[in-house]
Amino acid sequence: MSSTMVTGSVDTHQASGSGFSLKEWVFTTDHKRVAVLYMIGAFAAFLVAGIMAILMRTELASLGPTVTDNPAAYNTWLYFHGAAMILGYQIPALTGFFANYYVPLMIGAKDVAFPRVNALSVWLFWMGLVVALLTFVIPDPPDIMWTGYPPYSILTGGNTAFYTFTVLLMGFSSIAAGVNFLTTIIYMRAPGMAWSKLNIFIWCTLAAFIIQIIFVPILGVAVTMLSLDKYLGTHFFNAAAGGSALIYENLFWFYSHPAVYVIFLPAVGLIYEIVATFARNRIFNHMKMVYYGIFGVLALTGLVWAHHLYIAGIPNWMVLIHVFTTLVISIPVGLLMIGLLGTLYKGSIQYSTPMLYAAGFLFLFLIGGLTGIPNAMSAIYMHLTDTYWMPGHFHYVMAVSMTTAILGGTYYVLPKMTGRMYSETLGKLGFFLFFIGVNITFMFTLLMGVKGLPRRYYDYQQFPELEWMQQWATIGSYIILLGALVVLVSWLHCAFFGMRVGPNPWGSRSLEWTHAPSPPPPGNFGGEVRVPEDWSPYGYGK
Amino acid sequence: MKTLKRLIAGGALLLPAVRAEAEEGGAVPDITEAWHHLWKELLLDITIIGVIFAAVTLYLLIRYRRRKEGEEGKGTALTPLASLGWVLIPAFIFLADDVFLAAKNFELWNKMREVPEGSYEVRVEAYMWGWDITYPGGATATNELRVPEGTPVKVALSSRDVLHSFFIPDFKVKWDTVPGMETYIWFYPRTVGEHVMTCAEFCGTLHSSMHGKVIVMPEAEFKKWIEENTPQKKA
Ligand code: HEM
Ligand SMILES: [Cu+2]
Ligand SMILES: [Cu+2]
Repeated sequence: MSSTMVTGSVDTHQASGSGFSLKEWVFTTDHKRVAVLYMIGAFAAFLVAGIMAILMRTELASLGPTVTDNPAAYNTWLYFHGAAMILGYQIPALTGFFANYYVPLMIGAKDVAFPRVNALSVWLFWMGLVVALLTFVIPDPPDIMWTGYPPYSILTGGNTAFYTFTVLLMGFSSIAAGVNFLTTIIYMRAPGMAWSKLNIFIWCTLAAFIIQIIFVPILGVAVTMLSLDKYLGTHFFNAAAGGSALIYENLFWFYSHPAVYVIFLPAVGLIYEIVATFARNRIFNHMKMVYYGIFGVLALTGLVWAHHLYIAGIPNWMVLIHVFTTLVISIPVGLLMIGLLGTLYKGSIQYSTPMLYAAGFLFLFLIGGLTGIPNAMSAIYMHLTDTYWMPGHFHYVMAVSMTTAILGGTYYVLPKMTGRMYSETLGKLGFFLFFIGVNITFMFTLLMGVKGLPRRYYDYQQFPELEWMQQWATIGSYIILLGALVVLVSWLHCAFFGMRVGPNPWGSRSLEWTHAPSPPPPGNFGGEVRVPEDWSPYGYGK
Repeated sequence: MKTLKRLIAGGALLLPAVRAEAEEGGAVPDITEAWHHLWKELLLDITIIGVIFAAVTLYLLIRYRRRKEGEEGKGTALTPLASLGWVLIPAFIFLADDVFLAAKNFELWNKMREVPEGSYEVRVEAYMWGWDITYPGGATATNELRVPEGTPVKVALSSRDVLHSFFIPDFKVKWDTVPGMETYIWFYPRTVGEHVMTCAEFCGTLHSSMHGKVIVMPEAEFKKWIEENTPQKKA
């Protein structure tokens, strides 16, 4: 079995040569190039969805119409923003870009197990992106929010099929990637790379793909049923014909809560890598973090979905169970945070840009996690749910925290990808703008939620007293935009004008830095990697 | 101890036991007041956790910054006992807090879901984009829910078309209206006044315009209003 996998990876050697060739990029099966394709797609989605965020924030800055007098336009921006940020940006950045770039390099493999399937994954993702972007072209764009709840999504004049197909394309891409990466991690580790020697990021990626393989098909089923109802006359969700919207709500969250951990786990894995490298320290309680933190999350992730549905009309016994499981999932997540803090302890922390993002993560995720506790409690949740509190909470805990991991992770890997160093000044400037901006925007978002402003509101005539808070949130979003532009400039500057650096500018002990040149050639290591008995990717201080 | 008892009762799904306790008082519980009370306790709880974690984080970030070029971390592997302790002890602390919070939660939740005896019942049907209100005698209104002061009100919720959510921020209550299903909330308007009621579940283009008022009236005025608006049966 393993011999076929090795031959499978041999054809990546063809993808060498110098100079830019479009054909080589389109037909590439090299995991590092696939990673770049994911990276471009994911950040493009981030950019466009970010522009939607700026449009929404500007619209909200004053009572009454500001940018548009058409609420449907706002709803379409919000639909695109939510769907693209999750399905087009965060999941592909973490399980596409970083998984592709790091997994083979960290485990000492020449490529993934099935390089052609890998190419299929990335192009399915791109097709999903294109279908999503058609939102801005077709005359009747989807206006159903990324949750797509029926019966509205069935009754609307908007084109729900585009939603279904976006989700299905992204979903098939994820399932194929899941099979590929699980196989790679299980069978393609370098000789001597025992399970106990794997980087935390690898464990996180493994867990994330296990979640994807189990739960994505359920989302696929749910959104397919939507379009069947809308276009082919079935009645899964039609109450008049004996169906129920609640079936969809349950199926949707049965996937979409675990999806949060598909994002969280690789992101926290990246933060672990960054902290270990820049603190030059061993990982605190390494294998316990894997067993109880990562696998703890994995064990509970499928048992908490109904915390999205406490007031949706589910039976009370379901509420009781899910309040408890939701509170309990704070335990493995809390352990993973303690592991990060323990890794700082007795470290020697160097504040390069990636480490600043990791430090920012610790605070943003703390706020995000703590603002999640009230949501777990059904009685408190009754007021908070579907208000601005929710976008406040999940932007802290997911959108923004995981973005610190993605941006920090990108700064971290850039010298490997390009062989060049970014400018620390630009890097740090971008970080501080981002950090200040998100706190202004999302603190006010949380506050407006406590005051009872419902989310997904184009306007808020019934809450005129909140206008000043909306304005602060908008100011914050402009600071974020400025930060994002600085980040983009710093990356381009790095790719074209950055100073050349050696293979391991950070002094990391992990394989991708110690054994591969920057940038790594096809096949990665120029020979077989053997991992010695006493090696660890975090073997510092020896 | 009492909390623990409640949790066990709630957790074991022995709801009747919890209910019996809630009824002992006889008086109508003020769930809005109770919400504020629990919210304050909760804010204190998460602020304490937050401050501790933030302080430790800040300390570690500053204390262990790199002071010399080429310096390396000095963290060592934990002994097997310590490594298990660093899992079990935090897990136990989190679990204890979780149990405490769950118990507090169910105490309030059960009150929120148990409509007091003698509540005044109105029906609200949500549609795109407004609220149709029907009173027991047949009086109707749109987007203006008048209720008498000092009487708990049960709102029976239904939907004519898509999902909506009936939300009165001032009373801290909200529940989805689901096509083909009847749901409910209750609240306790104790003083005369006006409150926003608004839709909290995305329901299409004019979702944000789907709002109205809850008007709490003195008992006598309310009676008069109902009489004037109840359709007269033809003799
Ligand atoms: C960093 C700058 C960002 C800003 C200023 C921003 C702003 C907003 C705003 C204004 C809303 C709509 C609130 C409403 O009307 O209900 C929203 C919703 C949302 N945002 Fe963001 N956002 C940002 C980043 C992100 C990121 C990185 C993600 C990635 C996951 C994200 C995910 C979402 C989701 C899932 C929704 C809810 C969509 C829905 O209600 O269906 N946002 N955001
Ligand atoms: Cu969830
Ligand atoms: Cu609505």
